[in-house]
Amino acid sequence: MNKHFFFEFKEGFIIAITAIFSNKIRSILTMLGIVIGITSVVTMSTAIRGIDNSFQEGISSLGTDVLYIDKWAWFSNVEWWKMRNRKSITMEDYDKFRSMAQLPLASAPVANTGQRVKHKEKYIDRVIINGSTADYLKTTNFTFSMGRFYSEIESKSSRYVAVIGSEVAKNLFPLGDALDKEIKVGGVAFRVIGVLEEQGSIILGNFNPDNQVFVPIGTIFKHFMGQSFGSVTINVRAVSPALVEETKVEAQSVMRKIRGLGYQEPDDFSINQQEGLMEQYNQVVGVIQIAGIFITSLSLFVGAIGIMNIMFVSVRERTREIGVRKAIGATRKTILLQFLLESSTICLIGGFIGLLFAVILSQVIDRFLPTSVQYDAVFLAIGISLITGIVAGLAPAYTAAKLDPVEALRYE
Amino acid sequence: MNIITIENISKVYKVGDTEVHALRDVSLTINKNEYVAIMGPSGSGKSTLMNMLGCLDTPSNGRYEFKNKNVSAMTDNELAAIRNREIGFVFQTFNLLSRSNALHNVELPLIYSGISGAERKDRARKALVDVGLEERIHHKPNELSGGQRQRVAIARALVTNPSIILADEPTGNLDSKTGEEIMILFNQIHQTGNTIILVTHEEYIAKHADRIIRLKDGYVHSDEKVLDRYIPTIN
Repeated sequence: MNKHFFFEFKEGFIIAITAIFSNKIRSILTMLGIVIGITSVVTMSTAIRGIDNSFQEGISSLGTDVLYIDKWAWFSNVEWWKMRNRKSITMEDYDKFRSMAQLPLASAPVANTGQRVKHKEKYIDRVIINGSTADYLKTTNFTFSMGRFYSEIESKSSRYVAVIGSEVAKNLFPLGDALDKEIKVGGVAFRVIGVLEEQGSIILGNFNPDNQVFVPIGTIFKHFMGQSFGSVTINVRAVSPALVEETKVEAQSVMRKIRGLGYQEPDDFSINQQEGLMEQYNQVVGVIQIAGIFITSLSLFVGAIGIMNIMFVSVRERTREIGVRKAIGATRKTILLQFLLESSTICLIGGFIGLLFAVILSQVIDRFLPTSVQYDAVFLAIGISLITGIVAGLAPAYTAAKLDPVEALRYE
Repeated sequence: MNIITIENISKVYKVGDTEVHALRDVSLTINKNEYVAIMGPSGSGKSTLMNMLGCLDTPSNGRYEFKNKNVSAMTDNELAAIRNREIGFVFQTFNLLSRSNALHNVELPLIYSGISGAERKDRARKALVDVGLEERIHHKPNELSGGQRQRVAIARALVTNPSIILADEPTGNLDSKTGEEIMILFNQIHQTGNTIILVTHEEYIAKHADRIIRLKDGYVHSDEKVLDRYIPTIN
């Protein structure tokens, strides 16, 4: 970059700042478009990332190496009423599965229900109550902040013991003294024997892995779900993620045997896994991302039109000034640079203010969804506002640059 | 030494379907340290000639040499460079940048010729002192009188040490006393060896020059030495 260019750049920048400050109201109104545009783009991208992160965290609590044998498929082309007419998966089915399947590291039946969980005056509604066996622990990566999971004896004899998620513990026992306390699950008293460490946060929908309670499966059947009516899910954990496929194949043939299906008959059960959820999620989020970016880009686009408009006005107003500058030696390039600098400066200032708003807004959103403005969002905001400034300023600046000095000097 | 040589230049504008011949076959030379007034009624082509001489416009036909360089064939950037280094403009309406103070206005041509900050400020300040505005360096145009504004414009024209000063009705917006003061300044500038081309329609102003070129209908009507030259003096 030569010295000459630097002086012109500096001069152009001084002109830009002077022009912006001598038309304060106009500059502020023009900037507003960019502020809104950048705020929405940055907030949107931050929120999408927030959703994504919390989903990834949440989904990882499901484990990549776990299969879920269920009456219902999470995602499939089978009509829901066909699935509804499937036979329930019973505890007998599970017992057979457990003895027949050789590959799984562990498997456990899970029956769940949503109930109010209460301790003294405090309560939480619609907590997911999971009933399972002691083997359930082996299908998870649970770590305990206090206590332990229930034992085989407790599970077999359906003792009223409960392991609670960190969210439940936080809400019912803010002092952290949950252990050995009594909680009421849908009116039935349980003793807390373990508290889980925090796993993840809210993922799409209402499922929060930390807002769960784990109890022996017998108690679920006894109080919340008729054993004949309810269908259990069999959680099957493979020895390693690499063995998931083999485990799945084996699980399918074992289940077909248990269900006594003939060669021609389709499966009357589904084997679900995290992978499917992931694919589905990526599709959904992909659409949200595209739609979100499109909509926010529109607001930025409107802002850019505002800038372009005001720059045309600015060029028109300063036609004579452009003539003078040309007469005393400014080249087309110099004039072009001057107006591009002006539009970019407006956009950059607007971009910074927008970024500031986005940071504040994401603090608010953070209360519902863990979000934070990342460094790359800063570069994104600066980059986008700079590009907007240059693109919006190009046509007006070009108009200014190619003005005939004679005409411009004569302009009234 | 010839600074300007014009040979048979003409300028044709198209206004709708009709062609307007603003200049027809004009030839003239201007030497160093001449003080030339260009006169003519409106529509005579004097503005067109001035734009031509100032390299703001190029002729339709003919040859224009500025210090032996062919201006007719120059690109936009080359014209901008010539205007920047060789020509100092003084306009009727001053044409100062209203948001900038006197110093920055005078600095402007130096910015475009890539002179560094300290030297630029020095030269601009000196030019302002030369036109008698040492007290007004940091004033903005709206804080200056008409005469003072024109002095700033003259300082801006002089600061690059141009080969010619091109003044278009420099006293047109000033009262006669202030106009006279500006003419005294031009006379001083001329005496220090500068070449001045003055465009005016006032006989009395033109008499300050030592040569008058009269235009009529795009032709050079007459081109004569001023015999009864008026040398202005301070009261």
